[in-house]
Amino acid sequence: MSIIKLSINGMEVEVQKGTTILEAAKKVGVHIPTLCHLNLEGFGIVNQVASCRACVVEVEGRNTLVPSCSEKVTEGMVVKTDSARSITGRRMAVELLLSNHPKECLTCAKNLECELQALSQDLGIREIKWEGEKMDYPLDKSSFSLVKDPNKCIMCRRCETMCNDVQTVGVLSAINRGFDTFVGPAFNLDMDNTACTFCGQCVAVCPTGALTETNDVGRVWRALHSSEKHVIVQVAPAIRVAIGEMFGMEAGSVTTGQLAASLRRLGFDGIFDTDFAADLTIMEEASELVHRIKHGGRLPMLTSCCPAWVKFFEHQFPDMLDIPSSCKSPQIMMGTVMKTYYAEKKGIDPRDIVVVSIMPCLAKKAEAARPELTKDYNNNVDLVLTTREYGAMLKEAGILFNQLPESDFDSLLGESTGAAVIFGTTGGVIEAAVRTAYEWITGEELENVEFHQLRGLEGIREATVNIGDLKLNIGIAHGLGNARKMLEDIRDGKSQYHAIEIMACPGGCIGGGGQPYHHGDMDIIRKRQEAIYKEDRSKVRRKSHENTAVLKLYEDYLGEPYGHKSHELLHTYYIPREKI
Amino acid sequence: MPIKSLDDLKKIREKNSRIVALRERGESSDERIEILVGMATCGIAAGARDTMISLKKAVDDMKLENISVIPVGCIGYCHSEPTVQVNIPGDAPIIYGNVDEIIAEKIIYMHILNKELIDDHLLNKIFTKA
Amino acid sequence: MSNYKAHIMICSGTSCKASESENILEAFREEIEGHDGKFKVLKTGCFGFCAQGPIVKIYPDNVYYVKVKPEDVKEIVEKHLIKGEKVERLLYEDPKDRVKLVVHDEMEFYQKQYRIALRNCGFINPENIEEYIAFSGYEALGKVLTEMTPQDVVKIVKDSGLRGRGGGGFLTGLKWELAMKSPGTEKYIICNADEGDPGAFMDRSILEGDPHSVLEAMAIGGYAIGANKGIFYIRAEYPLAIERLKIAIRQAENEGLLGKNIFNSGFDFTIEIKLGAGAFVCGEETALIHSMEGLRGEPTKKPPFPSESGYKGMPTSVNNVETYANICPIILKGSKWFSSIGAENSKGTKVFALAGKVNNVGLVEVPMGTTLREIIFEIGGGITDGKKFKAVQTGGPSGGVITEADLDTPIDYESLKAIGSMMGSGGMIVMDEDNDMVEIAKFYLDFTQDESCGKCTPCRIGTKRMYEILERLTNLEGDMDDLQKLKDLGNMIKDTALCGLGQTAPNPVLSTMRYFPQEYEAYAKREKTKSYRIDAEKCIGCTACIRVCPVNCITGKVKEAHIIDESACIACGACFTACKFGAIIKP
Repeated sequence: MSIIKLSINGMEVEVQKGTTILEAAKKVGVHIPTLCHLNLEGFGIVNQVASCRACVVEVEGRNTLVPSCSEKVTEGMVVKTDSARSITGRRMAVELLLSNHPKECLTCAKNLECELQALSQDLGIREIKWEGEKMDYPLDKSSFSLVKDPNKCIMCRRCETMCNDVQTVGVLSAINRGFDTFVGPAFNLDMDNTACTFCGQCVAVCPTGALTETNDVGRVWRALHSSEKHVIVQVAPAIRVAIGEMFGMEAGSVTTGQLAASLRRLGFDGIFDTDFAADLTIMEEASELVHRIKHGGRLPMLTSCCPAWVKFFEHQFPDMLDIPSSCKSPQIMMGTVMKTYYAEKKGIDPRDIVVVSIMPCLAKKAEAARPELTKDYNNNVDLVLTTREYGAMLKEAGILFNQLPESDFDSLLGESTGAAVIFGTTGGVIEAAVRTAYEWITGEELENVEFHQLRGLEGIREATVNIGDLKLNIGIAHGLGNARKMLEDIRDGKSQYHAIEIMACPGGCIGGGGQPYHHGDMDIIRKRQEAIYKEDRSKVRRKSHENTAVLKLYEDYLGEPYGHKSHELLHTYYIPREKI
Repeated sequence: MPIKSLDDLKKIREKNSRIVALRERGESSDERIEILVGMATCGIAAGARDTMISLKKAVDDMKLENISVIPVGCIGYCHSEPTVQVNIPGDAPIIYGNVDEIIAEKIIYMHILNKELIDDHLLNKIFTKA
Repeated sequence: MSNYKAHIMICSGTSCKASESENILEAFREEIEGHDGKFKVLKTGCFGFCAQGPIVKIYPDNVYYVKVKPEDVKEIVEKHLIKGEKVERLLYEDPKDRVKLVVHDEMEFYQKQYRIALRNCGFINPENIEEYIAFSGYEALGKVLTEMTPQDVVKIVKDSGLRGRGGGGFLTGLKWELAMKSPGTEKYIICNADEGDPGAFMDRSILEGDPHSVLEAMAIGGYAIGANKGIFYIRAEYPLAIERLKIAIRQAENEGLLGKNIFNSGFDFTIEIKLGAGAFVCGEETALIHSMEGLRGEPTKKPPFPSESGYKGMPTSVNNVETYANICPIILKGSKWFSSIGAENSKGTKVFALAGKVNNVGLVEVPMGTTLREIIFEIGGGITDGKKFKAVQTGGPSGGVITEADLDTPIDYESLKAIGSMMGSGGMIVMDEDNDMVEIAKFYLDFTQDESCGKCTPCRIGTKRMYEILERLTNLEGDMDDLQKLKDLGNMIKDTALCGLGQTAPNPVLSTMRYFPQEYEAYAKREKTKSYRIDAEKCIGCTACIRVCPVNCITGKVKEAHIIDESACIACGACFTACKFGAIIKP
């Protein structure tokens, strides 16, 4: 790589060829504001459409201002980021955006998280000279997962990049022309009528309030306030390593104890860890894998914990519905156990139980509402909150999360292993399954439970694990675009895998669409992942089949893993869906 | 037979050299008369199809076997569409504008048969060509 | 005409008539009597150079006699018609080099137009490849494939100085050279036929009149850059052009002029047609490429240029229809011939679609360097109804207005830019004294803000805001602040929009503001009334206006001055037309 010399605001800079003006400016301590630009470093995800023009700068010899986010440096380039012309250009671009933006910051879901708001503050905009007509489209509240407000769309196209390039779902694109342009599904269909998987990655990157999660906080408050209802709650593995960020804690803080304490303070009648159900999932899934291998069943087997992934293959690969494991996701297994076993144990009518989930995910909201996952006209899971919504609830209740003394989950169904915790990151489910399958197939004890060949953040990973005589070929994909490649290989008969783990979100659930906003800082995701493995290491039991509470559940109620009763309660089926 | 050389091309060109001489200079060795009708979108919109039909009908009615009526593109006289060019061997090409069905008939009966120009509709060829 | 030896055509235009053409006509009639009907005297319309009148033209000799007097008639008949000798002293005289010209095609007046791109339009049957071949068709391709290397082709096109005719004005040879030098497993050559300026139809006319000339040039370009695939991007609104192109492609394939091993050279070339939906922005080459790829027609930042990474990420050359139409003559006649035509940095000719308030609406092709005055007043025959010229818009919605003061500017890419307009693709709309320049600017801006792809902020929102300000002004709801805002927004959009279309969208407003500030101020100060008024001095009280007013807003007794209720007037102009005494004042 050759070195390019250029000048920025009179300072000499040397950078690698291929560097953008924006990156070069950073090197000399010059901040250029950006809005549409997004670079999820290390994940190969870049949104570089140069559409907002909030980063334009003056380059000597050029007729017009150039977008620093995407303009590559050239030898001898003379850049002025602080000239009156540059500043005016950038400022007017932001003023124009604001002139077509609803000024309802105080009640917006993105208040204080909004990048347009922050930019307006940074530029000191106190008045908008260009007031005029504003877009006026109805909100799309059709789905259980997300709300789309076209009037807040600034055409940054980040959601489109996530939906089309990263996830290859292809639901979102710019529609209409001129002033009426915004991002939405073809023909501006309701999101619920599209192939949207509700992965929520569009929400995770939206700089404004144009895409947000459906807010269910009020419904949870109402349930908690109702005296007739027995309200219990479960929290997913990825919450404990992320929610601290909302209360000023370092990214990567493990807050399992505070989480349990906070739930107790809010007054839930039972507080549980979805980790329990994750262990249960492994019992079922590992059994299914062993069954498929031993009986010449369909291979590879694909995991089915991720509801966005499930909806993705239903839409995109309706011919291959026999490949994924038939296991329900941990969230739904937990809900099912609550409304059957737990209800029986406690002597409560399941209709009086409200199961609340706290999930890092938007798709979990839609999953809970899937008709085939309800039992006896009663949802297994009634209400789903994202990490963000739960954090907001705590703030509303005045609970200083970071100062809470640590507490434990309830004892009944409260136990979980390290294998369950790692469900929160890409590669975790399959590692947990391998830990169990190894001992079941070989009958030997697994000494070293950490399978480092399965870890990491590359989009597609593969490894071969020796289990006795069997060489188990494992594939891992996170991000649905990567999943698509794996499925296409299976369809083309090129795949040699026995088992594949797929998570829809980059990084797995730690990078879920319902997690605290990362604002493009991917170090946050890496730190969350480290925290997950740290939690695993801290556990006494690290294999799902050693979870005594799970074993007791089988003994008391379910019988055999992958047996008749678990088939009835813990397994499901998939539905072919349209491509649009 | 596909054209495979400049010679092949030249043969086709020579075979048709008559039309170049006739259309550019009004020279021709045979007696064939050509009537070119501007049939681009603009001409058609202004009624060139009717002009064309009218010309052909008049040619048929008079059993004039030495006349070809040929659709061509736009000559650029938007102000006078439809336009018609009459190429009679031995005469300079004549361009007419605003040729409706009636004028089209007149072109056959007056100009071609009676050698009388329809002077209200005459246009000048106001350009040279590469 | 073979029965007559000659036609004597006498101009009966107004000015010739004033200078005795009637008497000349009579004199000819008398003079030719007894010549057995060998000659025929005709009255004709104006020949257009009235200063020389009366004018007599002898068909088919194409000889013009000027300033003819009745007493000259005898000499013309005896000398010219009978003996076949020209009457030298009456011949048209070119004032510059004082050479007497005889054939009208050679006269300076007619040399104003020189047709390269339009050379075959109107002269061949576009659906007959043999006619195209008869007019030297496919000779350039044959020459290129059998005698020249791709480098030779690039060089000749580069040396000719041909620049892109779609508006950008980039050197075509250079564009080809970049694509030639860019590595790629596959390369593409594209014809941009997404003509979209309001009032422009040059490309359509070429495609409908001479489709083979474009196909042939694409094959030549393909050979030059190393592309075996040509793609035609044409808007679906051009059904006839598409039909003729399809026929032309089929015929060329049948003759082996497209397809495998053309002219036994080993060069393969095919052409495919892709239809666009007619979005204005798809004329921008990156947007065009995205549209062809099945994506939304939106521009992307350049660099990378299509010559490096275009269609399917491969080196691609996108050229405009008219650009291609110039290629074959350049190959056959040489770069020197081409560069001898036109202006210093703008070689060759340019086709314009002359429209608006001009007498001879039409397609004209003139050498670069011709002045606007020549185009509008000589070729275009001046302003309709004898009105006063006010401005001419070139470059369509991306260009600006040019006023009387700049009419003698020679047309080339740079000089038009210098006076605040641009060459554009060739739309030329003439406006007269009645045109309201603020309304004109509003019309263009309405077009661009509607056609904006919506990608970048300045174009999506900025042009809308500019349009809103113009609406405010014309509704007499604006103020002087609005004028500053218009300027600020316009300059900012020019400076920050993503593509050429956005960057030029404010031009119609900025240029009309520059040349007609008083019209904007009249709106801003609300001096401009929207209604018609009555000049009480001139009004005789005939009630003609009262009777035609569709909203009954005119009152007044017979023989007393009438009054228009300005709040109710809808400015339809019916009263203005009805008044025989010039008593109605326009808004």
